[in-house]
Amino acid sequence: MSEFKQTFNSSLGKKLIMALTGLFLCTFLIVHLSGNLALFKHDNGQAFNAYANFMTHFPPIRVVSYLLYLSILVHTIYAIILTVNNRKARPIGYASAPKSPVSWSSKNMGLLGSILFLFIVIHMKDFWFKYHQDDFTGKSTHVIPFKEYKTDLVTGKQISARDLPPGDYNYAVFTEGGIETMVAKDLNQTVEIAFKQWWYVAFYVIALGALSFHLLHGFQSAFHTLGWIHRKYKPIIYFIGTWFFAVIIPLGFAAMPVYYFFFG
Amino acid sequence: MILDAKIPQGPLAEKWSKHKFNLKLVNPANKRKYDIIVVGTGLAGASAAATLAELGYNVTAFCFQDSPRRAHSIAAQGGINAAKNYQNDGDSVYRLFYDTIKGGDYRAREANVYRLAEVSVNIIDQCVAQGVPFAREYGGLLDNRSFGGAQVSRTFYARGQTGQQLLLGAYSALNRQIHNGKVKMYTRHEMLDVVKVDGHAKGIVTRNLKTGQIDTHAGHAVLLCTGGYSNVFFLSTNAIGSNVTAAWRAHKRGAYFANPCYTQIHPTCIPVSGDHQSKLTLMSESLRNDGRVWAPKTVEIAEQLRSGKLKASDVKEDDRDYFLERKYPAFGNLVPRDVASRNAKEMADEGKGVGASGFAVFLDFADAIKRLGQETVAAKYGNLFDMYAQITAEDPYSQPMRIYPAVHYTMGGLWVDYNLSTTVPGLYALGECNFSDHGANRLGASALMQGLSDGYFVIPYTLGDYLATIGPKPVDKSHPAFEQTKQDVLAYVNKLLSLKGNKTVVEYHRELGHIMWEYCGMARTEEGLTKAKALIQALKADFWKNAIVTGENEEINAALERAGRVADFIELGELMIDDALMRRESCGGHFRLESQTEEGEALRDDENFAFAAAWEFKGENQPEELHKEELVFENVKLTQRSYK
Amino acid sequence: MSNGNMNLTLKVWRQKNAQTSGKFVTYKAEGISPDMSFLEMLDVVNESLTKKGEEPIYFDHDCREGICGMCSLYINGRPHGPKRAITTCQLHMRSFKDGETITIEPWRAAAFPVVKDLAVDRSAFDRIQQAGGYVSINTGGVPDANEIPIPKVIADEAFNSATCIGCGACVAACKNASAMLFVSAKISQLGMLPQGQPERWSRVQSMVAQMDEEGFGNCTNTGACEAECPKEISLTNIGRMNNDYFSAKLFREERVHDHAE
Repeated sequence: MSEFKQTFNSSLGKKLIMALTGLFLCTFLIVHLSGNLALFKHDNGQAFNAYANFMTHFPPIRVVSYLLYLSILVHTIYAIILTVNNRKARPIGYASAPKSPVSWSSKNMGLLGSILFLFIVIHMKDFWFKYHQDDFTGKSTHVIPFKEYKTDLVTGKQISARDLPPGDYNYAVFTEGGIETMVAKDLNQTVEIAFKQWWYVAFYVIALGALSFHLLHGFQSAFHTLGWIHRKYKPIIYFIGTWFFAVIIPLGFAAMPVYYFFFG
Repeated sequence: MILDAKIPQGPLAEKWSKHKFNLKLVNPANKRKYDIIVVGTGLAGASAAATLAELGYNVTAFCFQDSPRRAHSIAAQGGINAAKNYQNDGDSVYRLFYDTIKGGDYRAREANVYRLAEVSVNIIDQCVAQGVPFAREYGGLLDNRSFGGAQVSRTFYARGQTGQQLLLGAYSALNRQIHNGKVKMYTRHEMLDVVKVDGHAKGIVTRNLKTGQIDTHAGHAVLLCTGGYSNVFFLSTNAIGSNVTAAWRAHKRGAYFANPCYTQIHPTCIPVSGDHQSKLTLMSESLRNDGRVWAPKTVEIAEQLRSGKLKASDVKEDDRDYFLERKYPAFGNLVPRDVASRNAKEMADEGKGVGASGFAVFLDFADAIKRLGQETVAAKYGNLFDMYAQITAEDPYSQPMRIYPAVHYTMGGLWVDYNLSTTVPGLYALGECNFSDHGANRLGASALMQGLSDGYFVIPYTLGDYLATIGPKPVDKSHPAFEQTKQDVLAYVNKLLSLKGNKTVVEYHRELGHIMWEYCGMARTEEGLTKAKALIQALKADFWKNAIVTGENEEINAALERAGRVADFIELGELMIDDALMRRESCGGHFRLESQTEEGEALRDDENFAFAAAWEFKGENQPEELHKEELVFENVKLTQRSYK
Repeated sequence: MSNGNMNLTLKVWRQKNAQTSGKFVTYKAEGISPDMSFLEMLDVVNESLTKKGEEPIYFDHDCREGICGMCSLYINGRPHGPKRAITTCQLHMRSFKDGETITIEPWRAAAFPVVKDLAVDRSAFDRIQQAGGYVSINTGGVPDANEIPIPKVIADEAFNSATCIGCGACVAACKNASAMLFVSAKISQLGMLPQGQPERWSRVQSMVAQMDEEGFGNCTNTGACEAECPKEISLTNIGRMNNDYFSAKLFREERVHDHAE
């Protein structure tokens, strides 16, 4: 067995893979959240739709996005492999319920991860797949209609936003006489519709709760696995893991469905 | 047989180096042709096994625990002495030698003790190189503390876990050799006999404690590193499994047993809380630096304390007897272990003992707390106070501690010559298992030193001499002696298993302990010992009639293991009493009431008893024969100790 | 025999040997004194079993002062029972209530097969140590002890790791039956000290490889091991081991077993 394979087949190697993919997914969350903040902009979804187009079409980001999909898969598959190994390491369990004082989240990463995986599947089916459906099927299904925005470049104000009738469109931006016109898929509308259903909002909030607890343990755990545990910066990692990843990020995401449900 | 200690000629300081030169060597290519058996994996056993394997011998090692790391050396707390003189306070090899021989009340062999002091410095180097995390100063160099019986700071330590760290160091060296295939390690195996061929030890018989299988193992030499026999007292600070069986069976095969009555009794142990108690816990001697020992002045107050009607802290100052300060104004609470222990027992015997059982005296920190503040006291002794509170559920900051002496080391053991050879050629005894270095009393921090000295630095030289003499011819395991010894063991095991009486082995052990503690403990009399001998003989007869041994051989059978060990302890107990009877002098911690000064202090009798008593087994139920090894003191002057 | 007034019900795992399967058997422990240690309470039960001609409960124990690491009971859902930083032999019956039912199980791990009743085979720990838990020096020929100065803070920290007693409570407590706290304690101790440097990178690889071979689970940084360790060995050790392992694998020349002869 080559040294490389040996490394990644070892218990520590597998955990390294979990840690690295996990941390990569954390960085994605930052990008995703900051982009999605456009949802809070009262511009009929113009900024958000532009951002959605950028994320799906700018080549380097496309590459990164494939890495992201791969990371989700690898993170999930290795979680399963490790869980199976761990079960095998204790074939006969205890009769009395373990009472060791440990955090709830650290004991339930598998459950939390499963909720998140389910969430990702549904989330991607409802937004990502719908957005890409035409590309995959090769024909216009008009699942997501296009919208046209006109902006006065002098004042920077939006002049109009109108839904385009069904037809063959492509993303486009052009300027004519100080007026910028943008034609883009109106993912914003899909979001609005989805977030008007109470059960859909509830599901999102639950999933983001799971994300919070998953990251509460996961972020600092990844650093521990990497061995970056020096007492000098360990508190900083704990602080970021707790307040940024387990509180701000899930709250930020959860605010979107809640906002659209009540105010959108 | 005349005992020849094989002490090298010449000046004390040159004996060992000269001897090393005179010893025959085994050439490197031949070393792998020799098989060595090491029984026990404590400090002596693990260090010997590792070192011999490094030299190239094939070693087979045995321990009864589930891992060599569990040997009871691990429980030693205080530290290890070495004449490094790192503190520049006047220490030297000669001073360590002198303190040790004097501390042993002039009942140890000069040459052995000097060698011990000489190699002590190598031990520290060796352990540090292994990665043993000794305590250090801020400058990065090793720290020392002082210990009883010495006026210099020469004790190296690793917090209160020095034994653990040294053992884990030796264990790591052993592990390396197991990994290299030079040591074959058998855990959960108990040695039950020595195989002798033409008078030489050529193997052992073991019982696999997991399967009950009785096996023979052959070797060119057998090293017993099986520790001491404090558990003959039932309650001691030893581990539950610590036993005399290997040494005793060797004794029955011809190895003389020396000074069996020399046991060390430590004054500051947590007292017995009830009949259920299975062992005693020691607290560091250092507590006596700040604690004051006292007992109530009258039996009436003691009774009120025992019944709980009166709290210790409420006893008036006038009603307290600070007996050590009263009797020994010069040393006060810091008298040596033996004196402190004996006086505590005296108090209990007079009915002034405290605690529910009446077998305890107080060690009071109220004055120290008043003088230094609770914080300072906690910083110095916090872990000991916590341990005390853990075991007794009492707060030693508000109530005085209760302490009582307990057995924790045995200086006696298999008789060995300067080469650590027993009277059976090819059979060696190392560490606490032998009798050689501590005389009638062991100084603190010297047990670890002796175990490692024997294993790392003595046996690798002296064993080679014997091996070179007998030659590398393979040991013939088909010799009938092997099968015969195995059959003897099987018969013995079956005899134990046939015991289906009504008293448990533990009950016999407890009874034996009571007899030994009462009559062969800190204070002894001719009358008491004679009575004890009769009691033990009766106990022995009763054991072989009425004991219960459940289960069978072919399985894990704790009852069977314990039965064999207790049977041996009973026999040893009798020999200890014989030895104590014979020794009509007070020496070390052993106070013969017939031999005391006018002030009631221990009186040694150098004229008649300056010898090591080596006992020869003469057959079942036969009196053992005494052989004397006269102790010659050419370098130190024998003086009487006084602590007034 | 006994001299107390607590009465308890014990649910004890009984198993003849590794080949047979076991079951819980209920016993009464009567007249127990709160001053008894947990093992002394079992002694009392065993004495009465022996008198009845029944086989006593087998459990590993030796020093009974919390340092040998031999005792190993899983009591009411926790290794070494309900109190922090002690071994079973240091646990006293006053930590329980009169009339309580106590469930006693052996350590559960594939790498720790049951030997009998409550005793398990922890030789996997020895094999991990044999794989590299040492400094490869022979007796003699070493430098003077004070020629290796070690900063006090490092010596103290190495000591903290070295206090491991090898009892296996970390494995027993871990929801994944992982041995990483145990393994990392030794790797950390020697990895921090100058004496351990020459073999630092091969040691971590060899010991981790052996640990994996023994069939222990993986660490999820849950920290039950640290919470249950009688010597309070820190989880930081695992981080140090991880760090050393990846450094060794990615940036160092040494390979597994480089140091073996």
